[in-house]
Amino acid sequence: MPRCAPRLIGTALVCLLLLAGSLRLYLLAQPLYGVLLLALAVGVAIVFGHHRFTAARFVFPAVAAVLLFIAFPVGYTVWLGFTNYGSFNLLTRERATEVLLATRDVEQGSTRDFSLIAEGDRYRVFLPGDGTDPAVLSEPHPLDGSMQVLDSETVDGPPVEPLARRDAIRLRNGLQAIAVATPDGGELRYASLRAFAATAPTFTCQEDGRLVSANGERTLVADDDQGFYIDGSGARVAPGWRVAVGFANFERIFASAGIREPLLGIFLWTLVFAALSTGLTFALGVTLATLLQWPHLAFKPVYRILLILPYAVPSFISILIFRGLFNQNFGEINLIIETLTGGRPDWFTDPALARTMVLIVNVWLGYPYMMLLAMGFLQSVPNEHTEAATLDGAGPVTRFLRITLPQIVPPFVPLLIATFAFNFNNIVLILLLTGGGPDIPGTRIPAGSTDILGSFTYRLAFQDSGQQFGLAGAITLLIFLAVGTLAYLNLMAIRRRSKVGP
Amino acid sequence: MIVEDPRALRRRKWLAHGFLILFIAVLLFPFLMIVSISLRSGNFSTGALIPTDPTLEHWYLAFGLEYTRADGTVVAPRFPVLLWMWNSIKVGTIAATGVLLLSTVAAYAFSRLRFRGRLGLLDALLLIQMFPTTLALVAIYAIFDSLGDVSPALGIDSHWALVLVYLSALTLHVWTIKGYFDNLDPALDEAAIIDGATPWQRFRFVLLPLAVPILAVVFVLAFIGFVNDYPIASILIRSEEQMTLAVGSRLYLNEFQYLWGDFAAAAILSGLPITVVFLIAQRYLVSGLSDGGVKG
Repeated sequence: MPRCAPRLIGTALVCLLLLAGSLRLYLLAQPLYGVLLLALAVGVAIVFGHHRFTAARFVFPAVAAVLLFIAFPVGYTVWLGFTNYGSFNLLTRERATEVLLATRDVEQGSTRDFSLIAEGDRYRVFLPGDGTDPAVLSEPHPLDGSMQVLDSETVDGPPVEPLARRDAIRLRNGLQAIAVATPDGGELRYASLRAFAATAPTFTCQEDGRLVSANGERTLVADDDQGFYIDGSGARVAPGWRVAVGFANFERIFASAGIREPLLGIFLWTLVFAALSTGLTFALGVTLATLLQWPHLAFKPVYRILLILPYAVPSFISILIFRGLFNQNFGEINLIIETLTGGRPDWFTDPALARTMVLIVNVWLGYPYMMLLAMGFLQSVPNEHTEAATLDGAGPVTRFLRITLPQIVPPFVPLLIATFAFNFNNIVLILLLTGGGPDIPGTRIPAGSTDILGSFTYRLAFQDSGQQFGLAGAITLLIFLAVGTLAYLNLMAIRRRSKVGP
Repeated sequence: MIVEDPRALRRRKWLAHGFLILFIAVLLFPFLMIVSISLRSGNFSTGALIPTDPTLEHWYLAFGLEYTRADGTVVAPRFPVLLWMWNSIKVGTIAATGVLLLSTVAAYAFSRLRFRGRLGLLDALLLIQMFPTTLALVAIYAIFDSLGDVSPALGIDSHWALVLVYLSALTLHVWTIKGYFDNLDPALDEAAIIDGATPWQRFRFVLLPLAVPILAVVFVLAFIGFVNDYPIASILIRSEEQMTLAVGSRLYLNEFQYLWGDFAAAAILSGLPITVVFLIAQRYLVSGLSDGGVKG
């Protein structure tokens, strides 16, 4: 069949590429990603190789992208919630063992100063004589991180002026990989910023997997339940590795009052924040839209352009502008308030004021979206209804509440749910404006008064509290449940709209 | 039109204009302020809306140029704003193009082809689009941290990693484009079917040329969304040279280094292009908004 030949050849090429990538990932000890690529290859082969799946070929790339870039990370986050992944347990067990085996003890009395001699883009290590040992100069090495034992020879002094100390410090990563073999048969390694020394591995690996120290006094046993090596006294030895810990993270959340109480407060504030943001932007947006639709109003296009300005400016810039304007000491907002009232509100340290500020900024950012949507929906409200109401003597407010609003709310519902969900996880606003602060006093983990669940998780995982990925994953699962409920409500609302509406 | 009492009408007009003008004055205050601040000397100075002693120092620095003050001291730019801008444009353009390709093709199939599981997939898309990628930040960090061991191009600090994560935004846009395709006259591709066109030919030669306006809208919306992203970029990008604008701008206003004036100039410089594009295209963008999700 010559017509489908190009397609089959293309499919085969793509599959080969994916399989090669999959194999490479597997060989590089990333079997999970290898399997994902393998699954992708199988999918491509079936959908593009088989003649029956014409329609599926159009959908496959998007579905694959959704599975790979949304479904997989979401599932993986949930899985991390059941592990101890965190700053103390970042590595795999193999890597943690390697790190422990690579630690070396300095032999006492063997330290010697060193300096570096630059030679083009390579360097020689110079160890000055110290009475017992003669001065020694090594062969040159690029210090690019490659491991090598450098031969050396006895010299009278440095051939040229050595590098300054801070330049030598900058090369420390390269220095850690090399060793200098002295003419008397010793082997010296980088021991500190200033010194080389004879070193010996701290631990050696036994056949049963235990790590034993050189003098035999300490024995480390791997414990796969804790993800740590445990020494004789039962103490954990860093670094640990990632293991599944079951519901331990969830137990921590619900059992530790230092976590549970702030978390509950944050959850309630998240709901209040999302509800108020949605409600206030909706109210303001609909009001402005109604005004702009009023037939007697002049200069409508000008007003419209000016009113959507907050929506047109990139939000991260507006948020940071407000961060500066609200600054307590030299922010322009406080300067104005001070001239008017004499006081300077503590926008960033008083919890209630900080929350007010967050809401003000979010309404400022969000009402144009509601206004634009409302203007669209208002156009479908028939004029006759309002006119009839006017004849009956209804004022503008009554007309709006009784006639217009009931007609535009139903089509608005899915969009309101979507906006609520968006604000539920509006971490850009929180992170850029307050960073979650002011901190709630007396908590076990950093939690702020303006923190919403998403920003709290972000801080737990990526800021000041030591990369508690496992705990963050567990909290994310709680967020997923909330968002999932909202998503379901949204789906129902959209279904209802498409049944009733056009 | 109903004739209202002319005096009441006039009073209401005054009220409406008064309210709108007052509202817009409050609305514009931050923007006017930031322009004024960008022209004041120093980073802590306060003063009137119209600066008494205007200086272009912050603007020189924003453009990456050294500035020589009147007393002869030379100020070097602290942050590479133009480089950040370029990074944002680069990542945003590549990711928006990718999203456009994936979502257009899928939207065509959802709108025009009948296949098993179509309705189920559409519902699934609707559900999944409510889960923003920012929820899975921990996993995204873990994934790209370990992929970095395989190839640095896919690791932390790589723009490609960022682009890959951004591709997940396509769920929002499939719906927008599908809605547009749904409104195109089915007679067009029925004619093409009679002429013996394959599904791909119908897509490429009949529907795609008609969809250019919505594709432009989706591209701009996706691009703006990516440029605005802070959470994902902030965990995947660490070094100053690789930062996007949203991540870099954050560096101006922290407690230990508060560069309010420098920030003002950089903010205007980087915010203005997007604002102008948005305002010019707003009529078209708005139609795309009500079908899709919420701007991030």
